[in-house]
Amino acid sequence: MAIIVIKEKCVGCKLCVKACPFDAIDMDGRLAVINEKCTACNQCIAACKFNAIEKSGEEAGPIDLSAYRNVWVYAEQRAGKLMNVALELIGEGRRLAREISDDTKVYAVLVGEGVGALAQECFEFGADGAYVIDAPLLKNFTTDGYTKVLYDAVKEYRPEIVLFGATHIGRDLAPRVAARLNTGLTADCTRLDVKTSSYIEYARNNTTLDTSDLDPNSDDKGLKQTRPAFGGNLMATIVCPRTRPQMATVRPGVMSKRERAVGAKGERIDVSPKLSEGDIRTRIVDIVKSAKELVSLTDADIICSGGRGLGDPSGFDLIRRFAEKVGGVVGSSRAAVDAGWIAQSHQVGQTGTTVKPKIYFACGISGAIQHLAGMQTSDIIVAINKDPDAPIFEVADYGIVGDLYKVVPQIIDEWDRAEELYDATLRQA
Amino acid sequence: MAFKIIVCAKQVPDTNEIKIDPVKKTLIREGVPSILNHDDANALEEALKLKDEHPDTHVTVVTMGPPQAKDMLIECLAMGADEGVLLSDRALGGSDTWATSNAIAAAINRIGEYDLIFAGRQAIDGDTAQVGPQIAEKLGIPQVTYVAEFNIDDDRKRITVRRALEDGYELIEIDTPCMLTAIKELNKPRYMSIGGIFDATKKEVPTWGAKDLGVDVDREVGLEASPTNVFRSFTPAPKGKGVMIEADGEKEIADRLIIGLKSKHVI
Repeated sequence: MAIIVIKEKCVGCKLCVKACPFDAIDMDGRLAVINEKCTACNQCIAACKFNAIEKSGEEAGPIDLSAYRNVWVYAEQRAGKLMNVALELIGEGRRLAREISDDTKVYAVLVGEGVGALAQECFEFGADGAYVIDAPLLKNFTTDGYTKVLYDAVKEYRPEIVLFGATHIGRDLAPRVAARLNTGLTADCTRLDVKTSSYIEYARNNTTLDTSDLDPNSDDKGLKQTRPAFGGNLMATIVCPRTRPQMATVRPGVMSKRERAVGAKGERIDVSPKLSEGDIRTRIVDIVKSAKELVSLTDADIICSGGRGLGDPSGFDLIRRFAEKVGGVVGSSRAAVDAGWIAQSHQVGQTGTTVKPKIYFACGISGAIQHLAGMQTSDIIVAINKDPDAPIFEVADYGIVGDLYKVVPQIIDEWDRAEELYDATLRQA
Repeated sequence: MAFKIIVCAKQVPDTNEIKIDPVKKTLIREGVPSILNHDDANALEEALKLKDEHPDTHVTVVTMGPPQAKDMLIECLAMGADEGVLLSDRALGGSDTWATSNAIAAAINRIGEYDLIFAGRQAIDGDTAQVGPQIAEKLGIPQVTYVAEFNIDDDRKRITVRRALEDGYELIEIDTPCMLTAIKELNKPRYMSIGGIFDATKKEVPTWGAKDLGVDVDREVGLEASPTNVFRSFTPAPKGKGVMIEADGEKEIADRLIIGLKSKHVI
């Protein structure tokens, strides 16, 4: 698909030049000429009063997929600090690159001002190289600025796969870049595979998918991108067979970082961005960092709930401290509300609020059916209760039989060490 | 001069009501109510608030979907929108976000001049958050996503928004025309009014097909033209039995729990 100007009809009125959002039309005397910035957005066709511009009917022909090589990871940084998800994706990107072939590489793509120094950190977490796109105009993220430089870089270097963290920035930027490239993008992936054999192994261990029709020795090297849909009720694996690069955003916290190899070396490629102030159509007035705002039970990622097992109303002081520590919201059982220990607005259950957080901590809650009905679809349920026969343990992913007044303070104390504790177990394994 | 707003909305199944057939492991879609997507209701509400302040504001809601999506458009009209347009055609079926944005951008171009396009951040069935930005790209206009607060100057040329980030927010200025995507923090959507329902049933809601949009059914819209395809789909494995954490001392118990949560990638 390409936009063409019909010479006989063009009168040189420049209406199309004005209409083009991409500065993709030059005037050659009294004739409009489409240049390489054209994204076939059709704005000029609509603007032309003389029917002198149309979409060429010619089939552009299938693109040469083999012209695209290597895996790119958009290494998102904010205020000069790499986001965790960038490091996770470098680890994942390296795994995928090696599944494609031994000489396929993973590159971190750094965009910003003064971000070259971050390349070393990317190498240490597994990147074979880093593209550094550095300019004062890129100091803060802007959709327009970052889209343009990434689009230009992809056009020039032709990666086979481009991964973004599914952050508020990645989910703003990636769709825009993919649309400009006219390629596919899969949102919020939780699993990626290149080799069919890896995909089969994943599917067998984690899903209900019948894999008998898949050939583990297939030479298909397309990216299989698996993601939840319908509120997590369904999983779909998406492929992008005809266009390149294959692009995906990936949920933070899902992929694993590699262990840091201090002093690791990599190839640094400096890319000089072609960007002017006029390319950026938004102005950042302020960037404010803030602690998590109070969210309602239905939106909460983590809920810390207390029940009659707290013993008395002051028990909610501990639950509040717990919620504050883990960035959660305070919930309660109906029993605690009926006892007058906490306001009804905190009640979880059939007669209260139905919740589906990532983690539900049930502290001193026995698990009456009406409570379970309101929380049992939570991703992870942690139950802490003195009574080993409490029904709450039937739905719990993690059950702890013990005194919540001893267990919860320890969880609070140890919470910030999560990374460290987990890394230690990885090293042992 | 009238201020023209286009709201992009989607009719979605209420995913909270979806159940899995315990035997066949498939989605049970029957009896699941269809609703106006939540974020889109916030997008429409913000447009209607502007209309409350400035009666010369004109709000057009565009949606793409099956013929029954017209019900959702009527709901939008009953809330106070001026017009609704349904894009419905078998040739549009199976479109991924790229192809969907081609169709909606073509519809917006057909509607004509606009000052502002409001969409919801994402739809609860697909959760991609891609169509808003991709429409903006096709139209060549700037965007701000995750809009949690909206203010517009008196001359209605310059907009200031608060864009939510995971760890705070940005204040961004943007000029019209532009695309904004709304999140639920933006406002509380109004209900349909009795008079609104009465008026809405009298309004005509046009249905446009691929021909009306002037899109190429082989290369721009529909399943065949979409760069992405579904390779396989399946239900997640049923939840296994949980584990009891037993250890000497509460500290050890806490550590094991935290390691477990970390390994499941929930923290």
